Amino acid sequence: MQKQSVFHSPLLPFLLIAPQVGIVLVFFYWPALQAVWQSFLLQDAFGLSTTFVAFENYAELLQQPEYFNAIVRTFAFSALIAGSSLSFALLLAVMADKPLRGVGLYRTLLIWPYAVAPAVAGVLWMFMLHPSLGVLARGLRNMGLDWNPLLNGNHAVILVVLAAAWKQISYNFLFFLAGLQSIPKSVLEAAAIDGAGPMRRFWTVTFPLLTPTIFFLIVVNIVYAFFDTFGIIDAMTGGGPAKSTETLVYKVYLDGLLGGNLGSSAAQSVLLMVIVIGLTAIQFRYVERKVTY
Amino acid sequence: MSNVTLRNVRKTYPGGVEAIKGIDFAVDDGQFCVLVGPSGCGKSTLLRMVAGLETITKGEIDIGGRVVNDIEPADRDIAMVFQNYALYPHMSVYNNMAYGLRNRGMPKPEIDTRVREAARILEIGALLERKPRQLSGGQRQRVAMGRAIVRQPKVFLFDEPLSNLDAKLRIAMRVEIRKLQRRLNTTSIYVTHDQLEAMTLADILVVMNGGMVEQIGNPLEVYRKPASTFVASFIGAPPMNLITLDADEIRAQFSGDARANTEAGILGIRPEDLLISTEAAASGGLSLDLVVDAIERVGAETFVYGARARHGEPAISARPGELPPGEVIVRVPGQNAPAVGERIMVTAPRERLHLFSADGRRRIDL
Ligand SMILES: Nc1ncnc2c1ncn2[C@@H]1O[C@H](COP(=O)(O)OP(=O)(O)OP(=O)(O)O)[C@@H](O)[C@H]1O
Ligand SMILES: [Mg+2]
Repeated sequence: MQKQSVFHSPLLPFLLIAPQVGIVLVFFYWPALQAVWQSFLLQDAFGLSTTFVAFENYAELLQQPEYFNAIVRTFAFSALIAGSSLSFALLLAVMADKPLRGVGLYRTLLIWPYAVAPAVAGVLWMFMLHPSLGVLARGLRNMGLDWNPLLNGNHAVILVVLAAAWKQISYNFLFFLAGLQSIPKSVLEAAAIDGAGPMRRFWTVTFPLLTPTIFFLIVVNIVYAFFDTFGIIDAMTGGGPAKSTETLVYKVYLDGLLGGNLGSSAAQSVLLMVIVIGLTAIQFRYVERKVTY
Repeated sequence: MSNVTLRNVRKTYPGGVEAIKGIDFAVDDGQFCVLVGPSGCGKSTLLRMVAGLETITKGEIDIGGRVVNDIEPADRDIAMVFQNYALYPHMSVYNNMAYGLRNRGMPKPEIDTRVREAARILEIGALLERKPRQLSGGQRQRVAMGRAIVRQPKVFLFDEPLSNLDAKLRIAMRVEIRKLQRRLNTTSIYVTHDQLEAMTLADILVVMNGGMVEQIGNPLEVYRKPASTFVASFIGAPPMNLITLDADEIRAQFSGDARANTEAGILGIRPEDLLISTEAAASGGLSLDLVVDAIERVGAETFVYGARARHGEPAISARPGELPPGEVIVRVPGQNAPAVGERIMVTAPRERLHLFSADGRRRIDL
């Protein structure tokens, strides 16, 4: 059956979608096009003259070992953030999927962190884990660990991953909970009668049935780790120490805004855009088709 | 030995709903027991308690001589067929059937033998590599059966397994389930709200109402001697005609037998026991004057709906889903029937009459 609405004026439908289209054009397509154009240009150090250099910015970028490192680092970050927040959210969702008393409150509380802005989350965790101010940091030190994310690159990575993953748990939790609740209870009951204990039931029935949700969330989480962690990194580490938390997005910002190398920065953001388009394409073409039942 | 015995079984749900209010019955080894009753009477609850999917608030359930109250579903040695089949959507038909055997650590060759044997019996051998979503409803139903029989459990439990099938397939599967159960000789408990299914499948019929048992017995016995008006109108289609009688009427109707002294009661007569005739019934029989107000022709038989013609009584409008008071159904074989508006007389011999107490809870026998 097809739904058809009748508009008396032929103009009305266009007027109705105009604000949406306007916003997308002004805030997405326009800057995207500008970035593409910018990436073909080279500015001198003082920003006085601009020359068209075609793909030279890209060529130079791809020869830099530093850029390559940032790519590897970003993927490692994404894997860590997506992996830890997904697995923890799944654990919480499995626990929340039980008909227990107080489960409503528990669910609500779990959703709250999603409302916290990334930078605020960063500051929050920074305070807890700051080497000289942090409550948790003191605890770690008392346990004999020389905790110092300001100097130790690995510690800084842990800090950023922790804050970023924490913030994403709510989102993942909601999707997992919805996914779990869409699994018919009788299927799990059938498995119980079929002699599968709780663990085996989870790994052989629940988990496979969640794979569509999991794949969707992996893509969303990777995109999140690529882009939305900017606020967290900026508030916590500023990309340091010694570039240990400098992801691709943060590098765009450093090179472009602080380094003044607009051409290279634009080329980097275009590459980022390509990566995201690629991920989304995978999501739509492969995942949606292959992993649903 | 795999008999199932329920002793004073009760269930109160956490919210306080008392779903099962004390049920006792026993199913012998190899018997087919059918639980039948209207929606919400607690059939599924009771079956799930036997399966171990619901806790038992009070009483005991005994499977094969072992009280199973505190035993996990997996260890009760039962298999269940669910109304929505509950197949594992991500597994092939083969794996759906093999899953329970693998969980129990059975060697691969034996699993294979059992699955293929079950597939052969159920004629789903060609579907083994398919996923459940690629099957029709009837095929899914067969896979669900297959999953139950490969395990060779002590007891089969069925919760309305045919209610998602179309009418024709339902009849075919009903016959097949019965044949299969005979062949495997496995004790079975089967839940349905379809009285026809109940009658045709059961060795032992348990009629439930409101969390309690109304009557237990051989299906034909239940049909011939319903223990209450509830059973009388639930078992048999169309339902038994029930006519309220006062003490005088009873005395007149049952003169000369022990029932004549009943204060007031409800007279029951099955539609097929009424005969259209021109002369009143022989002594002790029932005769009713009716005005035909509707005719239903089904082909092999015809149902005649008549209002009892009582002098000076206005017609009373019926509540939805109920026959109006005084409405009587007569089953006539074939297609010959009186016309609407015609006055007829129907009669029944005395031995076909049923009498129930005025509240309908008790059958009054000779
Ligand atoms: N999980 C539950 N929590 C509380 N009450 C329940 C629960 N499940 C069932 N009930 C109640 O218990 C009673 C019996 O339910 P049950 O599902 O056993 O009925 P049924 O005979 O199987 O009905 P149907 O023919 O519609 O399947 C109903 O009043 C129902 O509302
Ligand atoms: Mg039910």
